[in-house]
Amino acid sequence: MAITETPALTVQRAVGAHRRRFTPGRVAAWVVLILFVVVTLFPFYWMVRTAFSTTRSLSSHTSSLLPADFTLGAIKRVLGLQAATESIAQGGSGASMNFWLLLRNSLIVSTGVTVCQVVCCSLAAYAFARLRWRGRNAVFFAFITALMIPPIFTMLPNFVLMKDLGLLNTFLGIMLPSMFMTPFSVFFLRQFFLGISREVEEAAIIDGAGHWRRFSRVVLPMSTAPIVTLALLTFISAWNDYMWPLLIARDKSVQTLTVGLGIFQSQTPQTGPDWAGLMAGALIAAVPIIALYLLLGKRIINSIGFSGIK
Amino acid sequence: MSAIAEAPATRRDGRMTRQARRAQKPPRGRGNPWRHDWRAALLFILPASVGFLVFYVIPAIRGFWYSVTDYEFLGDADFIGLDNYRQMVGDQLFWNALLVTLEYVVINIGVQTVVALVIAVLMQRLTTNIVIRGVLLLPYLIANVVVALIWYWMANKLIGIINIGLEAIGLPAQAFFGSSFWSIPTIALVNTWRHMGYTALLIFAGLQTIPKQLYEAAAIDGAGEVKSFFRITLPLLRPVLALVLVVTVTGSFQIFDTVAVTTAGGPINATRVIYYYIFELAFNRYHFGYASALTVALFLILAALAWIQLKLMRADQSDLD
Repeated sequence: MAITETPALTVQRAVGAHRRRFTPGRVAAWVVLILFVVVTLFPFYWMVRTAFSTTRSLSSHTSSLLPADFTLGAIKRVLGLQAATESIAQGGSGASMNFWLLLRNSLIVSTGVTVCQVVCCSLAAYAFARLRWRGRNAVFFAFITALMIPPIFTMLPNFVLMKDLGLLNTFLGIMLPSMFMTPFSVFFLRQFFLGISREVEEAAIIDGAGHWRRFSRVVLPMSTAPIVTLALLTFISAWNDYMWPLLIARDKSVQTLTVGLGIFQSQTPQTGPDWAGLMAGALIAAVPIIALYLLLGKRIINSIGFSGIK
Repeated sequence: MSAIAEAPATRRDGRMTRQARRAQKPPRGRGNPWRHDWRAALLFILPASVGFLVFYVIPAIRGFWYSVTDYEFLGDADFIGLDNYRQMVGDQLFWNALLVTLEYVVINIGVQTVVALVIAVLMQRLTTNIVIRGVLLLPYLIANVVVALIWYWMANKLIGIINIGLEAIGLPAQAFFGSSFWSIPTIALVNTWRHMGYTALLIFAGLQTIPKQLYEAAAIDGAGEVKSFFRITLPLLRPVLALVLVVTVTGSFQIFDTVAVTTAGGPINATRVIYYYIFELAFNRYHFGYASALTVALFLILAALAWIQLKLMRADQSDLD
């Protein structure tokens, strides 16, 4: 870069002028970007629109952008609040559905996984980032190598393990494999813990703090932002998980939302499926995540720049 | 750690004093500063290590073991050597599953990478607005199952909005999930929609590492947007792109959820991707040993692909220096 002082000024001016100008190119670029935003949002809108429609009216209002015969019926139906006769009249199957139970199960599983995983992984990340011990790098490398293993490879033996432990159809069976650690979580937190300045910890050492107090009183409080981000990411991925809970939770009482939705879809009649009901179910599964995202999403968005690659 | 030895008087509890005394002693054996945190480290990594051993290491070993047995859930696992692998080589459905998965990955990754690159460059040139980035990331956070159902409904042959739109502009309606020609491209594009914003943000983060002066210098030299994209952005983005590709390709091979809730492998075998085939073998037909052999094969394929990609794209070297 051989830019001397005078050209640097010209550069600034040139770039400034370039930025302000409303070239056709920039307008076209904005149009394309906004198009992508619309393409991203439209399916969500269509889900909401359908969830508030009457299934029977959908076929006659195919292109209307507003709900076809606006009703809360589909939402009530999947929450088990609609009488069978009314449900059939609106195009539902009349089968009783209980998304409250699924919602509760998803909440139990996701919260359990998140709390345990974040605690275990922050402990481990502390040992990898702030303690000096023989074999540290080797163990860390082994942890990270697990990222390369396709999940299905360990999923089969893990299923046998759960079966042998008698944990099929239990919350614990769904949660256990991801409760202790995922390589990503350890890696993610270690990155942050490495960045904490040595001086702060040394001040604590001078005050006579042992490892536990240095961890709980110094490192943890300084890392609330990354820990909240990680908790959020963990919660979302546990909430969205499908294959593992599908294997473990054959019984209704422990099924999660994703599994329940899959079953709802497979049981809906081929002729005249209950689209409004399905979209209402999908909406219920998506809303908690969207709410969390609206509340704390900024952290997730910014973390993608930081962690580089998940 | 020299601070410990320098200020012994400020200690308040006995434990640290002992540690301080130990620190003042000449180190036992040379090159052993690694020693003193060992016990604490063991306690700190204990919970995660238990999880790592029980749910990653041991299952991985068992996975290899099952792949050379005839394990069928009931009864014992008897060693049968490489029979499963021999069966795999002659299994038409296995090759079909690989081929179908490959078609999915090529379409998914091809479209997704180009679209994500376009979005990332547009954002770099136009705006860093967090709302736009937030909206683009949203689909990635929504469950595969939910995304699959939304598109399954929108792509319905009779009353789905996509086909209504196609007919409005004079094109014939398609059974997107129901035809053996369209089903894989459809599923691939659905997941492209889910992942494009996320991939764009990864690339966008990579773009931030390219010095702004390069573009300014290029602008002075009269290079247009297109030229600076191909001469500056793309070459300097190579290491980031390589990593993004490895991660997204590996992820793309894991396609399961969308297939499971929409086509269930059909029509006939058109969408019986490798994950779904393994799932059926293991949990519907209980051919656990054989299914394990397939997971080993998949593992090796993915490891080889990742290695080839990293080598080809020289991911560990940057042209920025």
